[in-house]
Amino acid sequence: MRFGVVVFPGTWSDRDCGHVVRDVLGADLVYLWHKDRDLRGADCVILPGGFSYGDYLRAGAIARFSPVMETVAEFAARGGLVWGICNGFQVLCEAGLLPGALVRNDCLEFRCEWTHLRCEREATPFTGCLGRGQVVRVPIAHGEGNYVADPATLDALERRGQVVFRYCDAAGTTTRVANPNGSHANIAGIVNERGNVLGMMPHPERCAEAELGGTDGLLLFRSVLEAAAGAVRA
Amino acid sequence: MSPIAVDERKLREVALTADEYLEIVERLDREPNEVELGMLGVLWSEHCSYKTSRPLLRRLPTEGPRVLQGPGENAGALDIGEGWAVVFKVESHNHPSAIEPYQGAATGVGGILRDVIAMGARPVALLDSLRFGPLPRSRRHFEGVVAGVGGYGNCMGIPTVGGEVYFEDCYAGNPLVNAMCVGLVRADRLQRARAGGAGNLLLLVGAQTGRDGIHGASFASLELDGAAEERRPAVQVGNPFLEKCLLEACMELAPRPGVVAIQDLGAAGLTSAVAESAARSGAGARLDVAAVPRRERGMTPYEVMLSESQERMLVVVEPGRQAELAEVFAKWDLEASVIGEVTDDGLLVVADGDDEVARLPVELLTDGAPVRLLEARPDPGPPELDLDRLGPAPADLGAVVLRLLGSPNLGSRRPVFRRYDHMVGDATVVPPGGDAAVLRVPGSRLGLALTIDGNGRYCRLDPFVGAQIAVAEAARNLAAVGARPLGVTDCLNFGNPERPEVYWQLQRAVDGIAVACRALGVPVVSGNVSLYNESELGGSIDPTPVIGMIGLLPDRDRRLAAGFAADGDAVLVVGKTCNEMGGSEYLKVVHGEVAGPAPALDLAAERAANELVLAAAADGLLRSAHDVAEGGLLAALAESCLLGGRGARCDALRTDQGGRLDAAFFGESQGRFVVSAAPAALTALRQLAGVHDVELTLLGRTGGDRVVFEGQVDVGLPELRKAWEEALL
Repeated sequence: MRFGVVVFPGTWSDRDCGHVVRDVLGADLVYLWHKDRDLRGADCVILPGGFSYGDYLRAGAIARFSPVMETVAEFAARGGLVWGICNGFQVLCEAGLLPGALVRNDCLEFRCEWTHLRCEREATPFTGCLGRGQVVRVPIAHGEGNYVADPATLDALERRGQVVFRYCDAAGTTTRVANPNGSHANIAGIVNERGNVLGMMPHPERCAEAELGGTDGLLLFRSVLEAAAGAVRA
Repeated sequence: MSPIAVDERKLREVALTADEYLEIVERLDREPNEVELGMLGVLWSEHCSYKTSRPLLRRLPTEGPRVLQGPGENAGALDIGEGWAVVFKVESHNHPSAIEPYQGAATGVGGILRDVIAMGARPVALLDSLRFGPLPRSRRHFEGVVAGVGGYGNCMGIPTVGGEVYFEDCYAGNPLVNAMCVGLVRADRLQRARAGGAGNLLLLVGAQTGRDGIHGASFASLELDGAAEERRPAVQVGNPFLEKCLLEACMELAPRPGVVAIQDLGAAGLTSAVAESAARSGAGARLDVAAVPRRERGMTPYEVMLSESQERMLVVVEPGRQAELAEVFAKWDLEASVIGEVTDDGLLVVADGDDEVARLPVELLTDGAPVRLLEARPDPGPPELDLDRLGPAPADLGAVVLRLLGSPNLGSRRPVFRRYDHMVGDATVVPPGGDAAVLRVPGSRLGLALTIDGNGRYCRLDPFVGAQIAVAEAARNLAAVGARPLGVTDCLNFGNPERPEVYWQLQRAVDGIAVACRALGVPVVSGNVSLYNESELGGSIDPTPVIGMIGLLPDRDRRLAAGFAADGDAVLVVGKTCNEMGGSEYLKVVHGEVAGPAPALDLAAERAANELVLAAAADGLLRSAHDVAEGGLLAALAESCLLGGRGARCDALRTDQGGRLDAAFFGESQGRFVVSAAPAALTALRQLAGVHDVELTLLGRTGGDRVVFEGQVDVGLPELRKAWEEALL
């Protein structure tokens, strides 16, 4: 099982994702430079957090035009696993691989804190180790994580069960207070229709070891490891 | 000496005195031209030359077995074992932040990051020490600075893991923004910014050079007056994305053969970077301003040499190597231009194409500024406290602790640190909000503990004792997480030293730092001096030495947190509580008084208390530890309750004969910790306290959701939490 971690100029979660993949999960790791088109045999491509190209213009708006994203789009179209975390989620939305957009947090401030997420769908390659309704604790760190989409898109997302994570309280209730950024319907993560592309604002790679405050993030990495056995290879 | 016409107006522009000008003429044996005068002006500014503080700084201890690099380089470095060096430095960006809070703070962070990068180290953490005038009036400064620190650090992907924020009248027109950066590098890969031998090439890498920040260093060496707004162009604009690319490129460059040195361009721009890296090798340099990529047209050599445009690095490479290094710059889309070379004549020669525009001895630039011996006159400070005038202690002490924890100086800092990414890097083992942050060191069991502390009010009351307390508190914060203090970086924020009272404060504070650092065994390996912190609004600031300190845990699994960890644990206080209230937050908030004396400090007792906590932590005898600081014993205990999410029930606090109850609860006696321990550990803990000769007093037990001292205090935790969490909102 090999994870490919994409590095844009301005990406910074590449090292954290790489650390979890290689040192915690014990899987193969390749870094994929934004100027390259080769995914180097990755079973799952991670678009990590950061400020790709400085996020000037709009978060993720320039990264979508990089050469590597062409190949990532082809890979996704063939059913390959693509996982956007934080800035990676923003890039996936800008690239049209996921619907909707991420706009400025409604508090108008950057937020770095622990959140609770309720797993809404366990039948994805990213959440196989979770149960439906299971609450996990995962931190966020973003200024633009407020998920928005037009009503028809939101309706379709809900109907097709594409919402994978919602912000909630420790008991699993999706309250206004538990929503850190104003996202519509407390949405924290969604998949595409086919279910092979996940975008999420919280950072599972920051909670894969007990000494960092929690290990729930590892459940997502393990899920991918198990799912990849039967998945498409780059 | 022949009479020389001194153009006062021109000298004011470069912030030189007539005496200094005459010194230059004598040393050069001619008058300097305009470019030369500008270059000398910035390098002879207080900010660059430390001409006022240099004789005082020599009093600081700078050596120790772990010191790999002391003051004089871009940053200091300590050996932390297992092949690692920690590189760190603190720097002020006070004046730019006063005028343009967001960019002032952002570029302060950018500058201190480059200092650490220049040592070949990867930055792993930022800390910030911030001081503003009171809220709500100073909210613009407060919000802008916090946004600026976060805006730069978050974009760079460097976690901001610790810091402090205080509000006091004296900072209303002149806020203090001190940023500290900590980096890690394999000890054998530590870089030094020495230009090396003749023929080495000078590469300017990163941003193009513009007119921004000209005279920034000189501006930092003047008071803020009504004309300060006009100096807005002297504040630079940050581009953290470019700096992130610069960081990654430097990390790839540093270990390559052929790379001689990396030097940050900060205050005084090219002039300082070239002169200082040449000076460290006893070399000279020749450079051509025409080769410097510009972002504006029509810039003069004077402007190019003095520009403080951000996100630039000087990389010194062996001749013939630039082609093979070009791939690194190309990978990160960075512009890199050869702008000159190292020479062996000890001269800094600046050309503009075929024309020579400056020719100055390097030594005159970097070391030539005459030391200024200023007059010192003791400042009596505010009067001593008259206890009789104060009346009896308030009847409702619970209401007092509510008010204290709900005040801006004691409230929860979460509204600040949740705006900083403090987790990126997957290394933050103890996050902000406790006594000190702890980071893990890759591939080891080591924990690196970080803190930054100052107390302007104590220093106002007594700069000698106050500065010692700043050092002692930093060490105590480290001990509270179970870390042994290793070394210091200091930022000396003071008013105009030409006032004899201010110079006296500076002298006394430096002496205080020196004494405390010697007693606690922590050398000062880097630092920064920021003088002329005065404004029409707030007058001269309180003398505010800020201490950044690094500590080490051999095994980070033995780390301690500040919050009570389990119900039914014993709650104890380590150290002696004296009948004193001088300089306390209680006195200010409840009685509206700033009066002395500053708390008494016994450095031997400090050391003993720290050793006790360290030994108890290593033996696994403690469940939590928290420094007793502003707000005194009751505030510290309430914080441990809030952080641990459980209350505490204690016996009535007894005072010595004639002692005041408010002094016992809210006085700020030094050398104390609130700790908790499993009941089974009490005997061993008492024994250990006896061995270290430290007072250890059992207060009560953890549990419930109230903070209770029988018959004296009874406050609900939810009520406390609300006041504490909303204090800064």
